[in-house]
Amino acid sequence: MKHSEITRRVLLAATTATVVGLGAVAASAQSPANVLIVGQIAEPKSLDPAAVTAVNDFRILMNVFDGLVRYRDGTLEVEEALATDWTISDDGTVYTFSLRDGVKFHDGSDFNAEAVKFNFDRMLDEGHPYHDTGPFPLSFFFSAVNSVDVVDSMSVQFTLNAPYAPFLSNLAYPTGLIVSPASVEAHGSEVGRNPSGTGAFKFVEWRSNEAVVVEANPGYWDGAPALETVVFRPITDANTRTAEMLAGGIDLMVEVPPVSLSEFQGDAFTIHEQAGPHVWFLILNAKEGPFADVRVRQAANYAINKEAIVNDVLEGTAAVAAGPTPPAFAWAYNENLQPYPYDPDKARALIAEAGAEGAELTFFVTEGGSGMLDPVAMGTAIQADLEAVGLEVSIETYEWNTFLGEVNPGLEGKADMAEMAWMTNDPDTLPFLALRTAAWPDQGGFNSGYYSNPEVDKLLEAARASTDQDERAMLYKEMQTIVQEDAPWVFVANWKQNAVTSDRVGNFSLQPSFFLLLDEVTKN
Amino acid sequence: MAGYILKRLVSAIPVLLGISIIVFLIMAMIPGDPAMAILGSYATPENVEKLNRDLGLDKPLVQRYLIWLGNLVQGDFGRSFSLNRAVLDEVLERFNTTLLLAGTSFVICSILGVSAGAIAAARQFALADKAITFVVLLGISIPSFFLGMMMILLFSVNLRWFPVSGMWPIYGTRDLSALVSHLTLPALVLAVVATGVIARLSRSAMLEVLRQDFIRTARAKGVHERGVIWRHALRAAMVSIIPVLGVQAGFVLSGAVYVEIVFQWPGVGRMLVDAILKRDILLVQGGVVFVAACYVMFNLAVDVAQSLLDPRIRT
Repeated sequence: MKHSEITRRVLLAATTATVVGLGAVAASAQSPANVLIVGQIAEPKSLDPAAVTAVNDFRILMNVFDGLVRYRDGTLEVEEALATDWTISDDGTVYTFSLRDGVKFHDGSDFNAEAVKFNFDRMLDEGHPYHDTGPFPLSFFFSAVNSVDVVDSMSVQFTLNAPYAPFLSNLAYPTGLIVSPASVEAHGSEVGRNPSGTGAFKFVEWRSNEAVVVEANPGYWDGAPALETVVFRPITDANTRTAEMLAGGIDLMVEVPPVSLSEFQGDAFTIHEQAGPHVWFLILNAKEGPFADVRVRQAANYAINKEAIVNDVLEGTAAVAAGPTPPAFAWAYNENLQPYPYDPDKARALIAEAGAEGAELTFFVTEGGSGMLDPVAMGTAIQADLEAVGLEVSIETYEWNTFLGEVNPGLEGKADMAEMAWMTNDPDTLPFLALRTAAWPDQGGFNSGYYSNPEVDKLLEAARASTDQDERAMLYKEMQTIVQEDAPWVFVANWKQNAVTSDRVGNFSLQPSFFLLLDEVTKN
Repeated sequence: MAGYILKRLVSAIPVLLGISIIVFLIMAMIPGDPAMAILGSYATPENVEKLNRDLGLDKPLVQRYLIWLGNLVQGDFGRSFSLNRAVLDEVLERFNTTLLLAGTSFVICSILGVSAGAIAAARQFALADKAITFVVLLGISIPSFFLGMMMILLFSVNLRWFPVSGMWPIYGTRDLSALVSHLTLPALVLAVVATGVIARLSRSAMLEVLRQDFIRTARAKGVHERGVIWRHALRAAMVSIIPVLGVQAGFVLSGAVYVEIVFQWPGVGRMLVDAILKRDILLVQGGVVFVAACYVMFNLAVDVAQSLLDPRIRT
């Protein structure tokens, strides 16, 4: 007995030591230099740029593919990429691009005008032999395109059915990235798992629920990247992502929760911040109820303490919004616009003037969702601010998809206000889809609060038809002044995207487009 | 025996059919359709309608159910739109990793739970009994996601003994030691609650058996106390412990959802949660039916095991 007792204890101790020892060895292994491990927020849906809609997927795609044009570093202005030059016809409907010579896809096939035509036909032409590799949910970005024609092997012509100013910046969006036609032909609907582009990194492998691995493309036309390999790891739980970053399991983490930022103070980490084309607002029901009166809508803008929301609820991860257009669209943003100040007395006076004291309001709040930041906490803070000026607010909370199903068809008969957030790639998109009279929900738009001002409609139509950036800028600036005064929304916040890198990572910066560009990043 | 198993297998068919109808109806009725989830802010009625057509969701409900069921019977679970791959491939891959996690956990909680229960019963009211009862109560009361986060903070972030999350190292070899180091924390966390439940029930089962005559006889004829407890009493108590183990096996499988999320274990629970949020109808339906079928098989196995131990059940 005695003997077996001892053996058993020894065995137990040995097992424990082995398990702990193995764990220790595996965990302390340092990640190699020039291998960057990125903590993503979810498993990608697909690596076919035409088939995806999520920023999470764009972060990978922008490193594997190029578009005809791209955003200039640190801006939302378009510059040449796979196209070296372009001309626009006087009526704004014909775009002719000269293509970059000598570029090859990762699979070895040539990039040329045929390849460009193939990509857009695949998305837009239901009769295209590879149209069934979709669906292509964002193909309406290019719904203005009538035809794509090969002029010669290195130039291609897009004909639009009407002038459409955001066309170039839509080409810079991931939906416009160019996929190798040979890879589509070879893999069919599996092309999303076998991507081949012209970008700085080549796809290596996708281990489901574990990692997407890409390696440097030494022949990249814009200079070979410094890193050898990038690994994108999906870590859906924000706390776990934070723990991985602290433990050294990842080198770069995106979308750090505001409450976790304090963990990364100090020399071992760098916190990056970048304001993006995002706006968080409240849609007010301008058709019926108290918010049909512009004074009550303005009162709501005065009553809500936006400084407190961005600083206390969001821990400084957002800035106070002044109007409907985010400042990240620097060229189109009206610098003279000042946010509504926090002024409860003025709010009370306006409410009294409109005779809306004690009005009861129904407020739709979502539990989460793309770009919605911390919607429940923000909704509660807003409720408290509005009650402080004498409005009775009752919150109804919905899960994100359900919420969209309630809000997008319009608030009439259901609610007086609803949370919403948009991230766009052109100053045209949001106001055109959500502020025009012709964008009321019954006409297929997102103007769920039924705002209508003929002056704004006219400005937006004119801005869309113009191809001159200075002229467009002027029109957008005027639109912002009017919309701010009319207050169809409460303008709350512009999100600053954040990321944390370890001290081994160099040369990294976030882009206002919210894309993640890694071709110049280093890691020692 | 074969007849008994066959009868149980046949009776499983209506159960699975019922489950398929329920999960289909739930996915059809929850607000927010897949097109909405894909398009997000861009979900205009026009875009939603077009995408639903592309996804084949514009057909009548009954027709959609029959198509799905018909394919299912032939082993075709359809294609997940959110992952862009065959549902069955994904479910099998994810279910295997859940089985590995839950299986390891189940072995841990069975051995620890039964031993702790037996020791506590053998030393009733002694210090060991009180200590075990206290620890067990603590284990049952701690939510597993909280315990998981705390274990990560202590063992992964501070001590750096184990990796934080995932199943395999991102670089380096994929050998057994790598797997064990990734598996240890989640398997332990998942085992905690079940260990507690098993320990408590084992303790009472043992106490009941220890009061019986054959135990007194065994002691009287001079069997060593250790032999009495582990060989005579425990074997008799197993008849009532095994059904508890069966129930706990199910509990460990379903409890794996939280643990999989905290430790980013690529299992079927996390897959289902993601799929529901993305309204990935076919993936949710296929996943639930598959898991339900496994549960039915599992219960069957438990019943068979029990009937082998206790022939009176086999009727």
